[in-house]
Amino acid sequence: MKPGDDIPELKVTPDRYPPHRYAGASGDFNPIHIDTEFAQQVGLPRNILHGLYSMALVARAAAATADGDPRALKRLSVQFRGMGVPEEEITVTGTVREDGVLDLEAAQGENRIIRNAEAEIRSTSP
Amino acid sequence: MAVKTEAVGKAYPPFEYEVGKEKIAEYARAIGAENPVHFDREAAREAGFRDVVAPPMFAVVYSAGSVAPGIFDPDVGIDFARMVHGGQEFVWDEPVVSGDVISTTTTVKDISEKGGKGFYVFESVSTNQDGAEVVRGTWTNIVRGV
Repeated sequence: MKPGDDIPELKVTPDRYPPHRYAGASGDFNPIHIDTEFAQQVGLPRNILHGLYSMALVARAAAATADGDPRALKRLSVQFRGMGVPEEEITVTGTVREDGVLDLEAAQGENRIIRNAEAEIRSTSP
Repeated sequence: MAVKTEAVGKAYPPFEYEVGKEKIAEYARAIGAENPVHFDREAAREAGFRDVVAPPMFAVVYSAGSVAPGIFDPDVGIDFARMVHGGQEFVWDEPVVSGDVISTTTTVKDISEKGGKGFYVFESVSTNQDGAEVVRGTWTNIVRGV
């Protein structure tokens, strides 16, 4: 890929339970992620996705440009903005800024849940 | 009102985490990572890893326990109820595999205020049992109405 090219889109439609699975896997059991009633009591529309789960999807999309090699991702920085929710499709898009550097974001429709993501990919070919 | 900045530079004791094969698999399933190197020892070895390898963002699993004491430290003074995770950066080096013992040390990197919001930045540095750096994390937490 060359500068200006789009990377392949990653589309994921979470079912009702990604926050529960991610809570178990990560140890982050903050009730805003797993308890809709609690989330609504603190003013959220429903339980929300973990920001670091969405970041992990951005990491997958970035690493996919190097065949998903776990060594390929050298650096990833993101800003968390809009809140992601279960049961809505997440689309991760990105473009090549320069050789080995990608600009990415993750969105659910118009709601951009991760902005200004920047990834550095290291060459893993021998 | 201003944020207090005396805690900048403060370091917390190392946090140790032993990486397990099934924990890597559980995490990989939770984020939808399907590469067999996260599940199958033979596939991981064929790809040149010492053992089943963690997805990069598994960094959260072994380093978050090191950052938590800083977030709850009264010297830092974060109002947890009004805190949001504003930004995150990881810089990866040596891959993390099953059986590794990862030690993470967190320091308060910066505390500042802008437009009524407090910005609390922590840096975590994780090394494996051989002393090799595996990841460096920068965690930015934002508190509204400081």
